[in-house]
Amino acid sequence: MPDTIPTDDRARTARQAWLAVLAKASLAELEAAWDELAEKPAYRRLRPGETGLVMLRGRIGGTGQPFNLGEMAMTRAAVQLLDTAGQVSYAGFGHVAGRSTRRAELVALFDAMLLDPARHAVITADVVAPLAARQQTSKAVRTAHVMASKVDFFTMVRGE
Amino acid sequence: MSGVLDFARLEPGFDDAVRGAQISFRALLDAMAHPGRIVTSPASLGGAPPSPLGPAAAAVVLTLCDIDTPIWLDAASQPAAGYFAFHCGAPVVDSPAGARFAVIADAAMMPPLECFALGSDEFPERSATLVIQVADLTNGSGIALRGPGIRGEAWLGVAGLPARFWAERTALAALFPRGLDVVFVCSDQLAALPRSTQITL
Repeated sequence: MPDTIPTDDRARTARQAWLAVLAKASLAELEAAWDELAEKPAYRRLRPGETGLVMLRGRIGGTGQPFNLGEMAMTRAAVQLLDTAGQVSYAGFGHVAGRSTRRAELVALFDAMLLDPARHAVITADVVAPLAARQQTSKAVRTAHVMASKVDFFTMVRGE
Repeated sequence: MSGVLDFARLEPGFDDAVRGAQISFRALLDAMAHPGRIVTSPASLGGAPPSPLGPAAAAVVLTLCDIDTPIWLDAASQPAAGYFAFHCGAPVVDSPAGARFAVIADAAMMPPLECFALGSDEFPERSATLVIQVADLTNGSGIALRGPGIRGEAWLGVAGLPARFWAERTALAALFPRGLDVVFVCSDQLAALPRSTQITL
């Protein structure tokens, strides 16, 4: 049985990258990508989608100490792909902001498919790359929009 | 437990976590309220229970354990460590004394009862609950049980326990309210032996 946990740093970073893209995708985008799949894998739910709260922490105070900013709804799911013999092959995980269990499950499904060397290239090209491009574009648009109203603050030094 | 979990080998827990835990809790409540009564655990698991444990053993642990309840697993039930860690988030501890729940798959080799946490007089609830998987459970013969929840006398036959078990259990009675609560499980059946129950051999 293949090991589903990337052990070296590079594989882990790659997985973090595709999970970050998938987690930011909307439910409609994920559903569309799933519908367009040529062959949908059989799977079972290892952990059906469940919603909980995560505490967001950040160094937002003046002193740089970690501060509990507040809680955020988060949904997680885990699925296992089944091969043609009905045996479990790969396990995928999905964590998304909000309360959509289907969204978390779709992220987990794509994660599992990306771990499968036979499917990795196709899913990367057909699902992750377009999503990443769209996210990049919308981020650029938003950045440009915000930058248009940028104001530089500075303090004039009073002359002696 | 050592190393990383192999997620491809894990089995799912309850097929519906909330309903499964509620149904299973109700069955346990019934069993605890009527010591010696054999109750069928009706909760359905989404996959096979972790070998060598049966569905009732898995359901009891999934229902009662979480991140605040350290579990001790005997040597035979070690393969279930990953399953409980993943589905309950419960820490698995090495020593029986540090555990709030103990899962015993091989009853014949179980450690003496005084190895487990018995609570204190001030905090008797800080004791362990033992989930012991046995070969067979029968009513109508075996050990006579008396006490709260039992009208008159109940008879519980437990196959596969070491002979010393009942002597050790009798010795614990003097420590009440300290003591151990025991849930016997066998396939999908369970029966409870709370600390308040008196036994006659």
